[in-house]
Formats: sequence, structure tokens, C-alpha cells
Amino acid sequence: MILVPMLLIVLYAFTRKGNDVTTFLFTLENFKKFFSDTIFLEVLWRSLRVAIETTIVCILIGYPAAYFISKSQEEVKMRWVLLITIPTWINMLVRTYAWIGILQDDGIINSILGVFGISPLTMLHTDFAVVLGMVYNFIPFMILQIYTSLTKMDHSLIEAASDLGANKFESFLRVTLPLSLPGIISGITLVFLPAVSSFFIPKLLGGGQYVLIGTVIESQFLTSGDWNFGSAISLIMALIIMVSMYLTRKVDRGEQSETGVL
Amino acid sequence: MKMKLHRKIFMIALLIFFYAPILYIIIFSFNDSRSLTNLSGFSLQWYEKMFHDDTMMGSVFYTILIAVLATVISTIIGTITAIGLSKSRRLIRNLVEQVNELPIMNPEIVTAIGLLMFFSALHMKKGFLTLLAAHIMFCIPYVILSINPKLRSLNPNLADAAMDLGATPWQAMIKVIVPQIMPGIISGALIAFTMSFDDFIISYFVTGNGVSNISITVYTMSKRVNPSINALSTLIIIILTVVLLLANIIPALIDKKNKTQKNKEMYE
Repeated sequence: MILVPMLLIVLYAFTRKGNDVTTFLFTLENFKKFFSDTIFLEVLWRSLRVAIETTIVCILIGYPAAYFISKSQEEVKMRWVLLITIPTWINMLVRTYAWIGILQDDGIINSILGVFGISPLTMLHTDFAVVLGMVYNFIPFMILQIYTSLTKMDHSLIEAASDLGANKFESFLRVTLPLSLPGIISGITLVFLPAVSSFFIPKLLGGGQYVLIGTVIESQFLTSGDWNFGSAISLIMALIIMVSMYLTRKVDRGEQSETGVL
Repeated sequence: MKMKLHRKIFMIALLIFFYAPILYIIIFSFNDSRSLTNLSGFSLQWYEKMFHDDTMMGSVFYTILIAVLATVISTIIGTITAIGLSKSRRLIRNLVEQVNELPIMNPEIVTAIGLLMFFSALHMKKGFLTLLAAHIMFCIPYVILSINPKLRSLNPNLADAAMDLGATPWQAMIKVIVPQIMPGIISGALIAFTMSFDDFIISYFVTGNGVSNISITVYTMSKRVNPSINALSTLIIIILTVVLLLANIIPALIDKKNKTQKNKEMYE
């Protein structure tokens, strides 16, 4: 009974060996190629920028949404959570594809703008379209994470804050916000991670010319067939992600110990 | 507390943001012309085209087949692994749990190329088998993760008690442990199914030989204007909504039934 899962675990370990075999194979050449070529560095910078923008927008929209839901009545709450979860069950590709039609030069947004006499904007194949697509796909995760941490919160703390003379804004800033920080952190993880590595959203909404790190990896593997360079890039990406996750977690812990002291 | 007006407006705007694209697809799947921007009339021609399109129907078939197979297999493997882990030493358990979280924490594209290289190292030809194997592999961690909390809250003496009473280890597992952790297994299976059904990135890297799932078909076809994609998408949306509503409603109904029964018993 213990042997079977053990064998499976060995098999499991093997599936990740795929990664290890290549790390043994490559020389530092590939990393040199990446860091000496400004094009790749630009791509890396653009990917990080898009991912950070996406994460910030998700927090700015997602936090109030989660806050309002957590403040509503018990039955309404569940309905809202369901309404926000349902889109995530529908295929991401399908939902991203829908935006192509909406954002087109003669699409529905430009038609509405036209009614008000605003000349059509080019939206498809821009930064805006890519960030919009990412926000659209990933924001439910942010909302749900923050919502969970807000509902777990002890509400008597807010009452205590107002009893001690804090106004609504103060008690939000000094009690609610710090206590919901773990939710924001795990929300950031769930948004930033897929946003950095995403490759079909930039491909569909950014057009063929729009290159992010995910699309570079994809083309290295499926078009130009330089697997070694492709793995080097993905290793760099994984490293960046791990470092940023580590940093956000550390910030989280630092804040927690601070509130602990208080 | 009632929702204030500005909150209501904000939330409704958010809902429009969430659901407008989905509605957009559904509406344009009934469009008369090829255009993705102008509605010219009602027609079902894209549905007709879809049902006559072999690639599309093939991908629907493969998606469902793979999702079902991957769910069943990964649920079984995941359950056995989780139970085995709960009985093994702390060091091993921690190690495996760390490894288990890797594919979840890693960007999907990294898992995808890892699997791609793994299959090519084994000289496996890209196709149905690699696709299925990949799906099983990325589903297992989610199954284990959803079973683990249930196992942790389980009384560790239960299995011993069963074996003291004459059950073989296998019987103890099937008859005592599995029923206790059933809710975790079911939610794990549900996650596995939706993950497999929706997967694009990993499938895109490991498939080949004409085998493709719905996501890959949508991706390759979206390079040209093709309203049949809208029809296909609408079909997926409807299937998934029905499945998920059922999955959400049925447990609630059972719960209600149980509760009313319990109430009845209490009154009697």
C-alpha cells in the first residue's frame, strides 16, 4: 500500500527530470546570448512592465469589488462569488478571442464612441489590448483571494477601532487594509505569475509583432527549434518569478510581524 | 446592510466587463454574415458549418475523451498517492508535497516545455498518448492538494482499527478511508476535469499528429476571421455552464434533503 504511491512518486520525479536533463546540457552560451542581446532584454522588460501594469490594475479594481462584496448581505455574497467565478470556468482562449471583435477598429466600442462623435481609436494590437486581456482573464483570482481574506477578518476589530475614535477611513487604512494584505499578496501571485508567462493573450490581442517572453519561449520551441536557448529563457523567467514571489512573501511576513508587535 | 448606489454601479460595471465578451460571442454566433463587428441578420449557418467541420468536431471529441480519461486516471493515482503520503514519514511527505506544488507554482509554459522535452527524451511521438499523459500529470497535483486537508482531519487510528477488525490493508483503504475523504476526491476530480477541459498551453506544446483539443483549434483558427469559432465557443459555454450549475446545484439539493430528513428525525 505504501509501495504503490512510492513508485508513482518516482515516476513523478521523472516527469520533472525533463527539466533537469536540459539544465545539464546547456552551457553558459545561451545565457550570454540572452543578456548580450538588447532585443531580448527589451522583451524581458516589456513582459515585466505588462505584468506589473496588469497586477496594479487588478488590485485597483479588484480590491473595491472584493470589499463591496464582503460588505453585502450573506445570500447576496454567495451569488456575487458565483457570478465572478463562472467566467473563469469558461475557456480562457474563447474569452480572449471575444475581445478581438470588440476591440476592432470598426468594433462595438468604436461604434459607441462614434455616437458621441469620437473618432475611432486603434485598440487592437496595442499595449492597452494586451493589458486589458490579461486583466480580464486574471482579475477574478484577485477578487476571490482578497474577498476570502476580508471575510476571514474579525469584524469586532473594526468596531474596536471606531470605538477608539478612528473614523471610517482611518479604520479602513489601519485595520482592514493591513489585515487583508495576505489576500492581496496571494492575489498578486495568482495574477503576476500567469501574466509574465502568458503567450496566447499577447499573440491574439497584441498581434504577430507583439513579442513577450512567453511568445519568445514558444517560438524557440515550436518554430525555430532552439530548445537549449528556449530552456535558458524559461529558466531566467522562472528565476525572476521565484525571486519576486519570495520578495512579496517577505513583505507579507514583515507586515505581519509588525502588526504582531502592535 | 444595503448596497449603496455607487457600489452598485461599480459592481454592475464589473459584471458587464465580465459578461459582455461572453454575450458578444453568443450573439455573433447567430450572425448572418462573416463580420465580427456588424450584425446583419439571424442565421444558424455557422452551427451547420461547425457540425460539418471535421477538425472542430474532432477536437470536441478529443477534448471530452481526454478530459474524462485524465480525470478518472489522475483522481485514482492522486488519491492513492495522497493516502500513501499520509502514512509515510514526515520527511518524505514534505519533500513530495514540495515537488507536488512545483507544477502549480511554476508558469504553465515551463511545465509545458518540461513535458515536451521529457516526451522527446523517451522518444514518444507527439499525439494522443502524450496529450493524455501530460493532462494526467498536470491534474494529479490538484487532486492531491484537494484531498490532503481531508486526510489531515481524518483520525489516524481509523485504518488501524479496521485492520484490527480483520480488514486487509486494501479493504481498509477502500471501505474506511476513501468514503471518509470522498468530498475531497470529488472536488479534486471536478478541478481536474475543468483544468483538462480548458487547458491550452500544455496541450499546445505536447500534441501533434493532427490531434488537437478545442483550445488549440480556437487558437489556430482565430488567425483568420471564422465565425464558426463563435458557434463552437457558444457550444462550450453552454456545456460548461450546464455541467457546473449541475455540480453546484446537486450537492446543495442533497444537503437540503439531508437537512430536512434530519429535521424530521429530530421531530420524531
